[in-house]
Amino acid sequence: MARPVFPFAAIVGQEDMKLAMLVAAVDRGIGGVLVFGDRGTGKSTTVRALAALLPPMKAIEGCRYHCDPALPDTWCMDCVAATGKRKTVMVPVPVVDLPLGATEDRVVGALDLERALTGSKVFEPGLLARANRGFLYIDEVNLLEDHLVDLLLDVAASGENVVEREGLSVRHPARFVLIGSGNPEEGELRPQLIDRFGVSVDVRTPGDLPTRIDVIRRRDTFERDPVAFVETWKKAQDKVRRRVIDARGRLASVEVADSALERAARLCMALGTDGLRGELTLIRAARAVAALDGDKAVGDAHLRRVAPMVLGHRLRRNPLDEAVASTRVTRAVEELFGA
Amino acid sequence: MSGAAAWADAVQALALFAADPAGLGGVAVRAGAGPVRDRFLALLQALLPEGAPVRRLPLYAADDRLLGGLDLAATLQAGRPVAQKGLLAEADGGVVVLAMAERIEPGTAARLCAVLDERVVTLQRDGLSGVLPARFGVVALDEGADDDEKPPASLMDRLAFHVDLTGVALRDVDPSGVTDPGPAVAAVRAGVVDVAADDGSAAEALCGAALALGIDSLRAPLFALRAAQVAAWLDGRGAVDADDLGLAARLVLAPRATRFPAPEDAEPPADPEPPPPQEDESPLDPETIPDQPLADVVLDAVKAALPADLLARLAEAAGGRGQVRTPGRAGQAKASVKRGRPIGTRQGEPKGGARLHLLETLKAAAPWQMLRRRAPASGRFEVRRDDFRIIRFKQRIGTTTVFAVDASGSAAMHRLGEAKGAVELLLADCYVRRDQVALLAFRGQGATVLLPPTASLLRAKRSLAGLPGGGPTPLAAGIEAALALAISVRRTGRTPVITLLTDARANIARDGSGGRPRAEAEALEAARGVRAAGLAALLVDTSPRPNPFARRLADEMGARYVPLPYADASALSRAVRAAAAA
Repeated sequence: MARPVFPFAAIVGQEDMKLAMLVAAVDRGIGGVLVFGDRGTGKSTTVRALAALLPPMKAIEGCRYHCDPALPDTWCMDCVAATGKRKTVMVPVPVVDLPLGATEDRVVGALDLERALTGSKVFEPGLLARANRGFLYIDEVNLLEDHLVDLLLDVAASGENVVEREGLSVRHPARFVLIGSGNPEEGELRPQLIDRFGVSVDVRTPGDLPTRIDVIRRRDTFERDPVAFVETWKKAQDKVRRRVIDARGRLASVEVADSALERAARLCMALGTDGLRGELTLIRAARAVAALDGDKAVGDAHLRRVAPMVLGHRLRRNPLDEAVASTRVTRAVEELFGA
Repeated sequence: MSGAAAWADAVQALALFAADPAGLGGVAVRAGAGPVRDRFLALLQALLPEGAPVRRLPLYAADDRLLGGLDLAATLQAGRPVAQKGLLAEADGGVVVLAMAERIEPGTAARLCAVLDERVVTLQRDGLSGVLPARFGVVALDEGADDDEKPPASLMDRLAFHVDLTGVALRDVDPSGVTDPGPAVAAVRAGVVDVAADDGSAAEALCGAALALGIDSLRAPLFALRAAQVAAWLDGRGAVDADDLGLAARLVLAPRATRFPAPEDAEPPADPEPPPPQEDESPLDPETIPDQPLADVVLDAVKAALPADLLARLAEAAGGRGQVRTPGRAGQAKASVKRGRPIGTRQGEPKGGARLHLLETLKAAAPWQMLRRRAPASGRFEVRRDDFRIIRFKQRIGTTTVFAVDASGSAAMHRLGEAKGAVELLLADCYVRRDQVALLAFRGQGATVLLPPTASLLRAKRSLAGLPGGGPTPLAAGIEAALALAISVRRTGRTPVITLLTDARANIARDGSGGRPRAEAEALEAARGVRAAGLAALLVDTSPRPNPFARRLADEMGARYVPLPYADASALSRAVRAAAAA
């Protein structure tokens, strides 16, 4: 769209939310980001800003699923079947919006009606195809129809979209990072869905005046002249982008010592989180943060920063407990690591 | 605020909104249908430029009309998919009028909010995908009768102006309307509000005022700033001045206030006309509010416009309703569940109320056309019976548990605390089953609905936590209120379960006169009403030792009777589960 996007670097405050996005950008395997919180805190703005921040990626030209030329294992059927040399192009990382009211045929893909009316049977890929290798963003995820949620969970877990409808039998890769946002006052999210997200952040309206003024001022400047605003922030934006690219390069070499693993395990035990997924995600997220910070090994500092967003939503839930889960995590962290 | 002043403010808000509908989001108008509101809408029509679309959004608009979809008639005629614009895309450059906004479904509100945020409709439906411009403002007509009934907070947050016309009489309405600000409006609409960039003081003043008034959302000061800019521009000035800020604060911030700026001012302006007294020397927390004249101007403007009943509401909050941030949305439960949610299609015939899904039917028929077209010249698209696809609906018949809690003096003395604990346990249970809950309390002269049916259990807990106790026991009134609520729940297609927590020491009759025998007789009569309505019910006896009258009451209600033993709230939770299953 012609309307420029508010730059990621210009977003005031909301450090947790920004960090969660960057972690997901560095390590896509983190398993999705859930952003829950007050109205008017810039949830959507941040996700859209992420789209503009991400560096472009290589893809096979003409592929409807923009397969990665470097990873033949992940190719779609078309790319596998294709013979001869295929060109590589740079494409922006897809950040696909799943709007409320989307119908199932557009989400999973369906028979191309136009071609069908003239008699040929062609698969028209849907949003899941478009989101392959990128991000799938659902605003108001708690209001999404249940049958779509089920479908998304299934695909997100398997990384593959299987379409069996209207005489079509198609499967294609659909590896995407799910980003959901919502407002808890509109209704709770199904517990099964919460579990699928690797990290979850609570966002609140900043309470202090200077921050609030800053938000209003920047937004106002942006609305007056978006192009000039984006230009002003270009340098800062490039810096963040550079940080993501560098972190990706560094990620594999970040060392995770046994002591760090033990720390993570202890923390999970102290909080009584179920399953190993919490521990794994904790380590992965901490590693991504270390990579973002340019550190060589995962340390306590990294674990501390990611613990609330990784473990907060994995605690045994008491729906009536008003105490924010993240404070429980913070308390446990302080007990374990010292304040 | 007098009727005339309220009308004058409404007109000013309307003028600003009409100049920049998309930038200011919209106007929420609380008013019953009537000549005043008609006048307001006529004024809006007059202020909008010629040809600007005004679309009325009906309450239960389906997605294909709201967002757009396939135009089937045209598709079949053309032999290729033809898209049809939705109402929101049609309203591009104009205004969407939302009738009965207080009853809008959360899903529809969320779609509307998404479009307001993005200013485009992202269409992913019926095999169509596209992005259509949709820059419009919303006029939400709110006919809510009381505070519990209002448009969803998410929508209200995105509308700059909240106008209340309930106190405006027709004689307050100035028939002359507003003067047309002329070419300035055209410039605003073209997006060139060339007001000098803010040096920071305006944002500071508005943010400070918003914070002092307890307004959390950042959209409020943003809208206020925009409103001030538009006001300055319409007035032919190149910079925002204190008057613009005052106006913006009065129109945008004041209606959103959740608290008075300072305790010293905790008195509604007795006389609406003169500005409030200025002798407050340090009314604001010096740490949060910059000591600047501009901020004071803004706050003063707000104070003059604060709704008179704010104090009443605050008193209510102080009296214990706690931090109920938003009252339950009545719309939630009223969502049309009768037909359920569409969950896909299956083969079948469109009879017996089943609805044909045309697109899927066409898709099913499409692959066979070459074969079926034995006479190639006919060129007709042939649909056979096997191709019919009908829409499957999932009937979600959820349960709504109506808690009626006896908060009278006798109950409070005994075990209101325990009853609360029991309700909390039950709430946790409702969470697991994803039930809705509603909460009403009875004490003193009658029963009050504390929480209309909602799925937000946190909210239920909050309203419960602040439940005060004391006064006589109007048991009949409590049972009747629970019954009325349960029946309204049933009308929405959900299954109500009444859970009555009381010590059954009825001692006040419906007409307010004391006396146990009469009160008990009335209670029994009310209880028979519950049985007659065929509702599942549970009576939890909270008296120190089982009360025979409570048992009798339960029998008359056809309810399960559970005496609440000391310190065993989990038994109660099991009892409710059993009652709901029955």
